[in-house]
Amino acid sequence: MSSRSRSTLALRSTALGYLALILVAPVGLVFYRTFEHGFAAAWHSVTTPAAQHAFWLTVELVAIAVPLNTIFGVAAALAIVRHRFPGRALFSSLLDLPFAVSPVVVGLALVLVYGRKGWFGGWLADHGIQVIFSVPGMVLATIFVSLPFVVREVIPVLREIGTEQEEAATTLGASLLVTFRRITLPAIRWGVAYGVVLTTARALGEFGAVSVVSGHVAGQTETLTLHVQDRFEAFDLAGAYAASVVLAILAISTLASMSLLKRRGAPA
Amino acid sequence: MAYLSVIVLLPLAAVAVRSVDGGLGGFWRAVSSPEAQSALELTVVLSLIVVAINAVTGTLIAWVLVRDSFRGKGVVNAIIDLPFALPTIVAGLTLLALYGPRSPVGVDVSYARVGVGMALLFVTLPFVVRAVQPVLMELDRDMEDAAVSLGASGWQVFTRIVLPGILPAILSGVALAFARAIGEFGSVVLISGNLPFKTEVASVFIFGQIESDNIPAAAAVSIVLLAASLLLLAAIAGLSRWGRRHEL
Amino acid sequence: MSIELSGVRKSFGDFVAVDDVSLEVRDGSLTALLGPSGSGKSTLLRIIAGLEVPDSGRVVIAGADRTDTPARSRDVGFVFQHYAPFKHMTVRDNIAFGLKIRKVPRERIRERVGELLGLVHLEGYAGQYPSQLSGGQRQRMALARALAVEPRVLLLDEPFGALDATVRKELRAWLRRLHDDVHVTTIFVTHDQEEAMEIAEQIVVLNEGRIEQIGAPREVYEHPATEFVMGFVGPVTHIGGSMVRPHDVDIATTPVAGGTEALVERILHLGFEVRVELVTGDGLPVHAQLTRQECEELELREGQIVYIRPNRLLRAVA
Repeated sequence: MSSRSRSTLALRSTALGYLALILVAPVGLVFYRTFEHGFAAAWHSVTTPAAQHAFWLTVELVAIAVPLNTIFGVAAALAIVRHRFPGRALFSSLLDLPFAVSPVVVGLALVLVYGRKGWFGGWLADHGIQVIFSVPGMVLATIFVSLPFVVREVIPVLREIGTEQEEAATTLGASLLVTFRRITLPAIRWGVAYGVVLTTARALGEFGAVSVVSGHVAGQTETLTLHVQDRFEAFDLAGAYAASVVLAILAISTLASMSLLKRRGAPA
Repeated sequence: MAYLSVIVLLPLAAVAVRSVDGGLGGFWRAVSSPEAQSALELTVVLSLIVVAINAVTGTLIAWVLVRDSFRGKGVVNAIIDLPFALPTIVAGLTLLALYGPRSPVGVDVSYARVGVGMALLFVTLPFVVRAVQPVLMELDRDMEDAAVSLGASGWQVFTRIVLPGILPAILSGVALAFARAIGEFGSVVLISGNLPFKTEVASVFIFGQIESDNIPAAAAVSIVLLAASLLLLAAIAGLSRWGRRHEL
Repeated sequence: MSIELSGVRKSFGDFVAVDDVSLEVRDGSLTALLGPSGSGKSTLLRIIAGLEVPDSGRVVIAGADRTDTPARSRDVGFVFQHYAPFKHMTVRDNIAFGLKIRKVPRERIRERVGELLGLVHLEGYAGQYPSQLSGGQRQRMALARALAVEPRVLLLDEPFGALDATVRKELRAWLRRLHDDVHVTTIFVTHDQEEAMEIAEQIVVLNEGRIEQIGAPREVYEHPATEFVMGFVGPVTHIGGSMVRPHDVDIATTPVAGGTEALVERILHLGFEVRVELVTGDGLPVHAQLTRQECEELELREGQIVYIRPNRLLRAVA
């Protein structure tokens, strides 16, 4: 074997070895442990009332956060790329904030504003609205952390396609709305799709922020991620692993969707 | 705009405000309490070590993904993103399963700093790889051939020709990884056992302070983390400009 | 240093890039590898450099078999079509690179870089970066870089392809002069037959991985070995089934012996030359090339009937 292919092999094994140790083996083990005692046992662990509630709560949060962030994302992307307004650069950088903030800080921030002793707390309590330690708070937290993805994916696409097609549509008589629906939206659909997939993955997996705002009431304000922690601390490893596997499968589906989108659509 | 404010800006502003609840003096006291100091120190040191490791392993993995070809490379490329997609709590749990008290290979890093480090390695894995990959792909292979024709060995080609080209990308990835690492919570919270002064990182400290209703302290340390992250974001933007300075 | 290739073959998957090529290049000569894209000329050049390894055959440089020697030990200078400058290094550092690798003492490096900067007329640009130079300047830098280590052989892969027409012409003449001064065995690859004819002492015409002909420019132009060479090295037109060079087509306004009747379809004035497009009785197009003077003397007009006759036929010699 020439020295060139020996070094290639060495590099490859080191890289793959590292990945196996840090990434593949741990995840693989959890899968193994979950189904170690058979599929039925695993199913049982993951269909307890608490687990089911956690699952549906997670779905609910995602179902609210993703569409909202998508609409916001497209609107913000359009504003940033197509319009000049004062503070545009600042606005764009602010959108990166959720990437920079620790989830726990997110939770704290929301508590400080919407909690009982928070800035809006009094006003909200007077109107019987509870945000913190209740679902609305968790919705806010989920929205916060998954905010930037659609914007960030759509902006480069918008930049690349340019305004020519839209201008052509206008000269042919199309109104703003029609142009948007028939020209802009189809052109950016892959960017939006990516953004949605990433937003969903992030929303599903959020832990720290919802942990702070939820109050951890099992069966009421626990998402699937919180449920995992709950089961772990109750020494119910089987329950924790089973819930983790559900989340892992969702995560892997996310990755698979990304790969599929990449192959079918425009470059990311 | 309103959407952004309600969701993001207002709450963050609240943190800033509450952090100086006891005045600047109170802020300083909260931040310099022994437990806070220890948590911040641990967070920073551990994150630095982790991103240093990532700089090497991330570049290596990116190299193998771009320059090498083998069966299943596509799958390997896809799983790099796993830490992005996998919930942090699950990441922590999986590491605990393999390298914790019930480890099948007899390795137990729970309740130890090494454990925290490994959790951080897991969640920061993709950053350097994904930052370096596109740059590596765009690199002009002719430059490397030119260097070879001038007598350079493989290692010399890498250090003198390739590395300068990808350095900005590596640093960018490192900065992103660092920003992520200092704020990481979910993956760390199980494996570390949250022992104050030993394995308690800043985010866990903040969490503890919130639970004990010690809001100003929580807010103060939060602001420190926030400031660091914002600085890093700015640095990353600057890095991408610096990286393009010699473009033909 | 002389170069000898024998039986070199190289394929990429199913595509045969170089198909049994044997070639001798004299020490100190200036040779062109001429051919269309896909003819294997770049691959052949890279094999000589050691940047590609042939599937079979031998590469002998200066009498020593270098087939298995890696590129870095072959002492060849290589200049790339897109210059391959080290973007993050100054012009000075680019040129000095090969010398630094060889651990030449710093004083000597400084001297040598100075010499080369003078040779390629980039004296004021030593501290600049490639991004600040024009295309022609970058190419001169690339040449200086390759020459710095005093290679035994200088290889250039379509060196002027990416440049403007005027710059190209300047650099061609400059390369010729450089070779006269430096006398290093030089091989360059081009698809431009005019370039090959202008610079090279010897032209190797390649097609589909095989050598069609080797010879001096005049030889290849006037006595092409195959039809491919005929058509590739110069313009060709057909009269009565034979191939003729357009400037060898005589046009007469009155019938001549052995002439063919033709209709003048179009007269194009291309500066000094005039191109006359004709069509013969059987509907086949012919084009002839005249000087302005010749055209004026004949008083040619579009729609006119004339009589054409080749004054020299092209025939495949081989």
